[in-house]
Amino acid sequence: MSVRRLTDQQPNSFEFSPENLDWATKQLTKYPAGRQASAVIPLLWRAQEQHDYWLPKPAIEKVADMLGMPYIRALEVATFYTMFNLAPVGKYFIQMCGTTPCMLRGSNDLKAVLEQRIGDQQHVTPDGKFSWLEVECLGACCNAPMVQINNDYYEDLTPVSFSKLLDDLDAGRPVIKGSQTGRKTSEPEFGKLTALTSFYPNVPLSNDNGAAAPAVAQTASNTDRPEMHVADAPVLTKRVSEEPISDMHKPELLCTARSGAADDLKLIWGVGPKLEIMLHEMGIFHFDQIAAWTQMNLLWVDQNLKSFKGRALRDGWIEQSKKLATGWRPSNSDGDKPV
Amino acid sequence: MTKLLIDDIEVDVPSDYTLLQACEAAGAEIPRFCFHERLSIAGNCRMCLVEVKGGPPKPTASCAMGVRDLRPGPNGEPPVVSTKSPMVKKAREGVMEFLLINHPLDCPICDQGGECDLQDQAMAFGADSSRFHENKRAVEDKYIGALVKTSMNRCIQCTRCVRFSTEVAGVTELGLTGRGEDVEITTYLERAMTSELQGNLVDLCPVGALTSKPQSFKLRPWELQKTESVDVMDALGSSIRVDSRGREVMRILPRINEAINEEWISDKTRHIVDGLKSQRLDRPYLRQNGKLVAVSWADALNTIANRIESSKIGAIVGQLASVEETFALKSLVNALGSTAISVEGVGALDPAKGRASYIFNSTVAGIDEADAVMLVGTNPRKEAPVLNARIRKRWRQGNLLVGVIGEKADLNYTYNYLGAGSESLEAFLGHAPASKQKPLLIVGAGAFENASVLANAAKAATSLGVFKEGWNGFSVLHTSAAAVGALDLGLKRTDLSGCDVIISLGADETELPASAYVVYIGTHGDAGAHRADVILPSATYTEKSATYVNTEGRVQLANRATFPPGNAREDWSILRALSDSVGHRLPFDSLSQLRAELYAAFPHFAAIDSILPGNAADLTNLGEGAGAMDKITFISPITDFYLTNPIARASKVMAECSALAHGALAQAAE
Repeated sequence: MSVRRLTDQQPNSFEFSPENLDWATKQLTKYPAGRQASAVIPLLWRAQEQHDYWLPKPAIEKVADMLGMPYIRALEVATFYTMFNLAPVGKYFIQMCGTTPCMLRGSNDLKAVLEQRIGDQQHVTPDGKFSWLEVECLGACCNAPMVQINNDYYEDLTPVSFSKLLDDLDAGRPVIKGSQTGRKTSEPEFGKLTALTSFYPNVPLSNDNGAAAPAVAQTASNTDRPEMHVADAPVLTKRVSEEPISDMHKPELLCTARSGAADDLKLIWGVGPKLEIMLHEMGIFHFDQIAAWTQMNLLWVDQNLKSFKGRALRDGWIEQSKKLATGWRPSNSDGDKPV
Repeated sequence: MTKLLIDDIEVDVPSDYTLLQACEAAGAEIPRFCFHERLSIAGNCRMCLVEVKGGPPKPTASCAMGVRDLRPGPNGEPPVVSTKSPMVKKAREGVMEFLLINHPLDCPICDQGGECDLQDQAMAFGADSSRFHENKRAVEDKYIGALVKTSMNRCIQCTRCVRFSTEVAGVTELGLTGRGEDVEITTYLERAMTSELQGNLVDLCPVGALTSKPQSFKLRPWELQKTESVDVMDALGSSIRVDSRGREVMRILPRINEAINEEWISDKTRHIVDGLKSQRLDRPYLRQNGKLVAVSWADALNTIANRIESSKIGAIVGQLASVEETFALKSLVNALGSTAISVEGVGALDPAKGRASYIFNSTVAGIDEADAVMLVGTNPRKEAPVLNARIRKRWRQGNLLVGVIGEKADLNYTYNYLGAGSESLEAFLGHAPASKQKPLLIVGAGAFENASVLANAAKAATSLGVFKEGWNGFSVLHTSAAAVGALDLGLKRTDLSGCDVIISLGADETELPASAYVVYIGTHGDAGAHRADVILPSATYTEKSATYVNTEGRVQLANRATFPPGNAREDWSILRALSDSVGHRLPFDSLSQLRAELYAAFPHFAAIDSILPGNAADLTNLGEGAGAMDKITFISPITDFYLTNPIARASKVMAECSALAHGALAQAAE
């Protein structure tokens, strides 16, 4: 956030549209005589909506005049609240949440997309379509990372899905509002859950009549804590089936490493010596093998990881391996995470 | 009353006190920046933290905590407050460290240096060094007018200036825009302020963010000689302190005087300082062949003596004349066998009608008690801005009815406009007594200009019940500092058309008869000097010890801060010398002898700082004598607040203010 001032280029005048004026007049009656200034925020907001989502000086003065406020008081309000835009914004005004939960879930990647596609913050693209602003928490942490575009939230974004979203908006194609992974409201990623249930594909999930509850209770103790898993889970393209993953999703496996030399799978963040041996036993020796997996392959492998169940999903093996397959290596043995 | 134990001292304070006031009552010193006695409470600087036992385990901002909200001990013991505990010491140190994080510490080049609250309190309550190694924030300086210079890096966001302009000055022009680290004090789009009291912002600012533009980089407070005096720019007689360095008046500041100006002064009072130094008359002049030529005192006095000998002599008293010189002038003119002495700016006021008919009977402090105010023929915002601020203060407390007959002006408070002139005043003749208990009728120069209006105003006041037992609300608001003193001396507006020689005691606003030979005793090369045939240079109010009587009838003493320039002399001594050369030597050789004479003739002048009250019966008589009222419109004589007298007209700063007020100066001049 920076110093908030009125922009240099200002229109000459501002008038509320007849319907907005009606609405504003009605708002004024909500307050006792002499207290009309209480309506300053709703009126400024309505003025901003009417004026392409930014507040010009004449609008601030118009609202101040309507409420019998000194101009400086209305200006104080307009400059205090960051949701009032004091300069023109794009047709699609993107507010990207950069607060901790979104940041942990990858908002920096979204920021990179924005910087690359649109440019600096508070800068409108030449075609007038896009501008963006990093904002504080928008209250959708469950579905982090997320952005707000005009009045709508777009959640569970990845750089890929976010780029596609922007492409679709640019081209005028219809877009899905809310979660981009099909998640319903802020339910956990893999289905309806509570802290006492499990989300693993091979474990029957609890349902509303509670019939499966005993089975769940037995298996829950063997698994990682679900809430941990949810928080760390990589993005899935669709919701995981409640059925165990069938062997038809088994990825291509090898008997021995090609040319007798296996890749150092421990370079995958989260894979230790134990897990590496387990993978070798399963027939997985190379990064390019993992990089070629589909999400279902990954789920199949994951369900066969015995006590390490969930790690493949959580640590995003495919994404990591894709990078490692390109030849990228961390700077030192306990160095960077590939992705 | 609430009992409190503050630093082991038990005090009993009114229950509407704040904790800060209670601590002061107990003799404890509480540092503060945002708190100011005459402004609303903001509680945002956090400097006034104290420890309150039984409260939450954290320091309490004492300015925003009422004593009635404190919890007593378990057995009903008085609440215990500590202002000296280690917790308080640490809290203050912490607050000070935060305040200094973004403060530039440019004290050596800051005009506030030496009289800076932040400097003083950092010394008294701060830590010895800073632990802050980041960059300080930088804030652009703002243009807010001709009188106040801004250095916004130094601002600590106490918002005193915002509250002053909104609450006291009544112009909501300053504000705090933005938020968090980016907040800035500014006027709307950096427009110049329109208040006549904006100079007070400089006094209020606890740091060097708002400093005086005309005096910037010109002075250091410790090199100034401080002289307590009174102001003569309007008839209010505000208490001022004249700060001088050598022979030069450097600045004028207000003194606290609850009875008159509280702690405010108008911009004209404060900033005519440069007018005291320019356009000054520093030697006698004589008109020879139509041109003024510098001459010696002896030549000038002899010339006058020759002219006076066989002439019909008259005199006129200007608006800045003190009581002493007016008395000397009166004595001289009387000795020369004339009584034709006129006074500027007294309208139709007549001392024969009694003192109550020409003073501000309610007193200025009485405004605080009034429950209704009627302004007749006056625009107090232009005639006495500080008095107007007092009316506004009362108006803000609510339940004050204000009516105006006269000019429809922006007074900074709302009023019922009753009409423009005498016809509207007529409606109040024989009016039923006002329902309000303490109605105040302020009669201004626009109304007392005309004798019939004045008498009818008194008549209306009688029927409205403006004066009664224990309350006299009939108040005359003068525009001239000399007026009440001259009226007290028995002088009034007199026709001078038959006079051959007129001695003008600094009268610059009056057109004198074209045929008369004018002796001008004054300070500045203004209208009066241009009209003069002889100029005798005299002293301004900062250059002489002199008595002035303000509009309330309060006798006050101005003191000499510097000496008059060149050959200029104090007015009374000029008149004394003149009397000698015309052969009617006045019976005093010194100011104290003059005062002894004066006090013998008019004893009330001896009672400095007090008011000889008027007699309400005089007002009844004045009203009963009222005849038909002339049909006139009440027009305030002040068209330009900033240029009402020769000193102000000689001041560049006042000229700039005047131009700004009239929108002539481009806003982008900065």
